[in-house]
Amino acid sequence: MSEFHSDVDTHGDAPGQQEYDDAAGYYRHGEPIADSKAPTGSGPIDQWWGTRKFEARMANPAKRRTLSVIIVGTGLAGASAAATLGEAGYQVKSFCYQDSPRRAHSIAAQGGINAAKNYKSDGDSVHRLFYDTVKGGDYRSRESNVYRLAEVSVNIIDQAVAQGVPFAREYGGLLDNRSFGGVQVSRTFYARGQTGQQLLIGAYQAMERQVAAGTVQAFTRHEMLELIVVDGKARGIIARDLVTGEVETHLADVVVLATGGYGNVYYLSTNAMGSNVTASWRAYRKGALMANPAFTQIHPTCIPVTGTHQSKLTLMSESLRNDGRIWVPKNPADCTKDPREIPEEDRDYYLERIYPSFGNLVPRDIASRAAKYVCDEGRGVGPEVDGVRRGVYLDFSEAINRLGRAAIEEKYGNLFDMYQQITAEDPYAVPMLIYPAVHYVMGGLWVDYDLQSSIPGLFVAGEANFSDHGANRLGASALMQGLADGYFVLPNTIRDYLADGPFEKISEDHPEVVAAREAVQKRINHFLDVNGTRSVDSYHRELGNIMWEYCGMERTAEGLRKAIDLIRSLREDFWRNVKVLGTSESLNQSLEKAGRVADFFELGELMCIDALNRRESCGGHFRAESQTEDGEALRHDDQYAYVAAWEFTGDGELPVLHKENLVYTAIEMKQRSYK
Amino acid sequence: MRLTLRIWRQPDAKSEGRLHTYELDDVSPDMSFLEMLDVLNEQLNAEGEEPVAFDSDCREGICGMCSLMIDGEAHGPERTTTCQLHMRSFADGDTITIEPWRADPFPVLRDLVVDRSAFDRIIQAGGYISVNTGAAPDAHSIPVAKDHADRAFDAATCISCGACVAACPNGSASLFVGAKVTHLGELPQGQAERHHRVVSMTAQADAEGFGGCTNIGECAGACPKEIPLDVISQLNHDLRKAMQQGY
Repeated sequence: MSEFHSDVDTHGDAPGQQEYDDAAGYYRHGEPIADSKAPTGSGPIDQWWGTRKFEARMANPAKRRTLSVIIVGTGLAGASAAATLGEAGYQVKSFCYQDSPRRAHSIAAQGGINAAKNYKSDGDSVHRLFYDTVKGGDYRSRESNVYRLAEVSVNIIDQAVAQGVPFAREYGGLLDNRSFGGVQVSRTFYARGQTGQQLLIGAYQAMERQVAAGTVQAFTRHEMLELIVVDGKARGIIARDLVTGEVETHLADVVVLATGGYGNVYYLSTNAMGSNVTASWRAYRKGALMANPAFTQIHPTCIPVTGTHQSKLTLMSESLRNDGRIWVPKNPADCTKDPREIPEEDRDYYLERIYPSFGNLVPRDIASRAAKYVCDEGRGVGPEVDGVRRGVYLDFSEAINRLGRAAIEEKYGNLFDMYQQITAEDPYAVPMLIYPAVHYVMGGLWVDYDLQSSIPGLFVAGEANFSDHGANRLGASALMQGLADGYFVLPNTIRDYLADGPFEKISEDHPEVVAAREAVQKRINHFLDVNGTRSVDSYHRELGNIMWEYCGMERTAEGLRKAIDLIRSLREDFWRNVKVLGTSESLNQSLEKAGRVADFFELGELMCIDALNRRESCGGHFRAESQTEDGEALRHDDQYAYVAAWEFTGDGELPVLHKENLVYTAIEMKQRSYK
Repeated sequence: MRLTLRIWRQPDAKSEGRLHTYELDDVSPDMSFLEMLDVLNEQLNAEGEEPVAFDSDCREGICGMCSLMIDGEAHGPERTTTCQLHMRSFADGDTITIEPWRADPFPVLRDLVVDRSAFDRIIQAGGYISVNTGAAPDAHSIPVAKDHADRAFDAATCISCGACVAACPNGSASLFVGAKVTHLGELPQGQAERHHRVVSMTAQADAEGFGGCTNIGECAGACPKEIPLDVISQLNHDLRKAMQQGY
């Protein structure tokens, strides 16, 4: 196994003994790890990225033409990396499971993208964006990575505007900004409610330009099913052509995963139907460490579930919280009344009441949990599903009175239309109904400052890595990170690795390559041969229910242990009893889903183990055993100020926990308070 | 609700396809159209018949992956994407006919899934502004008048779903090409390549086998993002101007 592997059953030296070992029996202790790439010794934090860029070795243009890069995923991180590495002259192969690179799920991001431009002169700066992001992440992210993110944020806006991304503008022709959940400055650039689509089109077009130039080859309707590791280095992937079913081998000098998040482990989430963990999980099984897998973001403003047929949940941009006021009735008896008939004094604007200084703009994790509590108290509104009303009002009547309907329409028109389309209710007339839903995962493959995983030659960008958002991601930061990684970070760090290339040529007959291909084929054959009785979706839904119940907004040691048992027995049944019809030599969507769900089972178990180990509450991870007297999250920096990086050691073997101690030199760790 | 579904089944690009009829009970008006198909697929799978293949991904109306001709209309009776169409738009007892997009440049791959890669090739032909990463000036160095920015935005909302082509009796991609030409042509950043872009993208659309525009307007009527028909006027205007200048 990897160089981190250790049988020594002892705590690492960082950051301190844990008072409890809730996950005992589910894991083994490993050696501590650390990032070795950030030049933390060279001056203050604002010089680190410059130093790293300078020290990273170069490849001249003639050499670059001989170096090959595989990039899996075409969202903001993948498409921007493909475009930029193509421009630099590398031979790039880009893969996506969708029918066009432009459909990757970054496209669905609504609200905006942060950048420390300080165009509003409201006191913003790189340092403040860095500070807000680390604080928002509840001090569980790596400061060197976050500082760099804030630093390059300004370049992203320049790049996007030059590409023709139509950001919102003021009458003077300059760019408009708004404020976004969890911060007190206006630094969010936006394109109505479809900032993600506009930024992705920019990156996609830049990538297609390189396809035309011959530097990038695009493989659409292809899914990566295995990572090829030869002599300890990532050297390629096995991918399935989803139309013909052909299992293909693609070799390269370096592999980049930009495959997004794994929120669909919960079945219902705001992710796209096809979003999955398979690429990351295959890498994990080949030795890449998986970091903080339990850190998931439950977004507070989504449209509530209406019934068991539900296939996905739809987010309403949290920019709505700038003007909408969130409330529930004070009295449970009012919950079935027409909200417009409930007088002001009978409404509980609970966020404004509990958090007077941030009010409706508290970070996502806090807003979500507060909604759960008022619904648990029986004060939820909207449709009753399984005996509980899980919804709260997001009310624009005050804003419409203050600013006029036209102003609200200009700002949020398309979101209101979308809401009406889905619910058949008019949000201009009746308050919206919202409830939290799984939206994003902060956890992901462990990477160093160069975005390289623990497998040399495997880089991970965007939501697929763990590095920038700690235990909670602030609004408008995902787009920023995806594009930062793809446009500005990876191209500068990957060249250092490739300076040693091109690596020894390997053939498709190499034993490791053959083994990877055969493993893929074997799995496919298994799914088609089982001929059981239950559909893939039915297993996925049941797994999702377990995860949402026990590894959702509030987690307990007892619940997590129960979840692990439930997942294990369900997984066993899945392998014996799943029903996948058809053949492997054709477009077969059930077969695609079977492979994804198989990996979600293993991931779900690891998420529960990670959540069980971390007996503290931080960001989106709330352990009921760790709260203040008034029910707020309670961190334990003395015991848990570390990244939990998990190592796969074999089927049926316990995962090994490596801790990366989190050291902050440019910021002081504080207990978050939004009161 | 109880429905009768007539659905196009075709094993692959080379085989012949035909409509199959299925009965479906217990459809809720709150389901989206695609969730209704999910329910059908669960039923088919249980009965040992292969599920119907159809494209969808974001299911929130923005990725452009879903398609479907529903009773002869692209994305069905409402002005939206199929994933945002809900069963409340239909009545109990309805018979609904579901087919793939029909256009030569969009060959059927299986059942309701078509190949729209022609759109990517049209973008490759010039649907971009040539600016390498890192070469951009400060975002505020070039102000853009709000009316231009707004019009560029309206055109940029195209999700590349292909409904315009499916709805057009000529199978023309003019609304798609016009939207991109307008998006980039409205912005100061897009001027340098404006002539080349329109000529090159139009030539690629022709090469892919998309038909010509005869101003019928079905495209704009079917567009879930309400791209206005006048982007085609802009396309023709820009094309004429470019050709006059020898492009």
